[in-house]
Amino acid sequence: MLKVTDLSIARGGVPVLEGLGFMLEPGRALVLRGPNGIGKTTLLRTLAGLQPPLSGQIDGAEDRIAYAGHSDGIKQTLSVTENLNFWASVFGASGIQPALDAYQLTDLADRHAGNLSAGQKRRLGLSRLLVTGRPIWVLDEPTVSLDVAAVAMFVAAVRGHLGQGGAALIATHIDLGLAEAEVLDVGPFKAKRRALEDFDGDFL
Amino acid sequence: MIALLSRDLKLALRAGGGFGLGLAFFLIVTVMIPFSVGPQSSLLATIAPGVLWLGALLACLLSLDRLLALDWEDGSLDLLATAPLPLEAVVSIKALAHWLTTGLPLVLAAPALGVLLNLPGPGYKWLVISLLLGTPALSVIGTFGAALTVGLKRGGLLLSLLVLPLYVPTLIFGAEVARRGAVGMDTHTPLLMLAGITAGAVALLPFASAAVLRVNLR
Repeated sequence: MLKVTDLSIARGGVPVLEGLGFMLEPGRALVLRGPNGIGKTTLLRTLAGLQPPLSGQIDGAEDRIAYAGHSDGIKQTLSVTENLNFWASVFGASGIQPALDAYQLTDLADRHAGNLSAGQKRRLGLSRLLVTGRPIWVLDEPTVSLDVAAVAMFVAAVRGHLGQGGAALIATHIDLGLAEAEVLDVGPFKAKRRALEDFDGDFL
Repeated sequence: MIALLSRDLKLALRAGGGFGLGLAFFLIVTVMIPFSVGPQSSLLATIAPGVLWLGALLACLLSLDRLLALDWEDGSLDLLATAPLPLEAVVSIKALAHWLTTGLPLVLAAPALGVLLNLPGPGYKWLVISLLLGTPALSVIGTFGAALTVGLKRGGLLLSLLVLPLYVPTLIFGAEVARRGAVGMDTHTPLLMLAGITAGAVALLPFASAAVLRVNLR
């Protein structure tokens, strides 16, 4: 469903990962691991189409990825329902009730998003994925500021999505308890510092 | 697209949305002008069209740095860029929302403020027509500037420097329509030029804005 071959990506003009390749099948989840600064976020943004790769091939990503980054894209002065309804109509989905239910937001539905706690905001941000109707979820540190119960809601939502033939790519540092997920350590794909091609040693 | 427009209008009208910022600035400028240049009504009548146009333009400029920066800060811009909407549509809708919340109120307020500056009788019609025709260009050009500076912290100064030169043709022909109208001259030529600038900006700049936005989102 998503196929990445020999991908090289850069952040700020500096190559961070190279030669990366993986396959994501329907119903499968892939957990990305690697130390801070290795390029997980850059990889996910590249897959989401927010930046072009240096080289390599990404197949099956076009208009099929629902991306959730570090910030949730929530408007403080809109209520929970208004925020979700907006994304639902942008993605042409109908009904936000399943999304509210999945993250237990029904009680908060009329509250302004600015009055939510950090964890509640994150839950609202993650519930957006359920109204996109896109088959591939690309999630960057989705569990930040979530408590144990909310992580369980998240894992249940991911399982439900996988059960419907979707796929998920998750960059995270914690153990989600998502036993069926494969783990991809991006550490070995770290870009090597390239020697300057036109460097003339004799010049010294 | 309707959803994005209604969300932007809703955000502008809610607390802290910045609706009325431009309008208040426009009001302050035009109220203060008679105090600063003195109360000779003949002098005020001469400068009224130009002052009203300049006031409207600066009021428009004032609200530009919020146009895309807020969406960038809370991450919605990234999400909109990965949504099914093309980025060209997103920036067009943003410009339209900006015009509805900033440009249109200025057009509607201008005749009332014209009274304060002793604008001659025939001038009102042409002032409204020129502003109605010119302010969409200000919003679209402003959106381009906002797209260029999105992601820069405190990008307001750079935004003004980039956008003001692009505003000059609109200002020249817009104020010229209003001035000629006020003194009863033929407004045909500047009106056509103004309409041409607006039509060109509305047709072409969304593509440029979307392109620079793609680069800035990397």
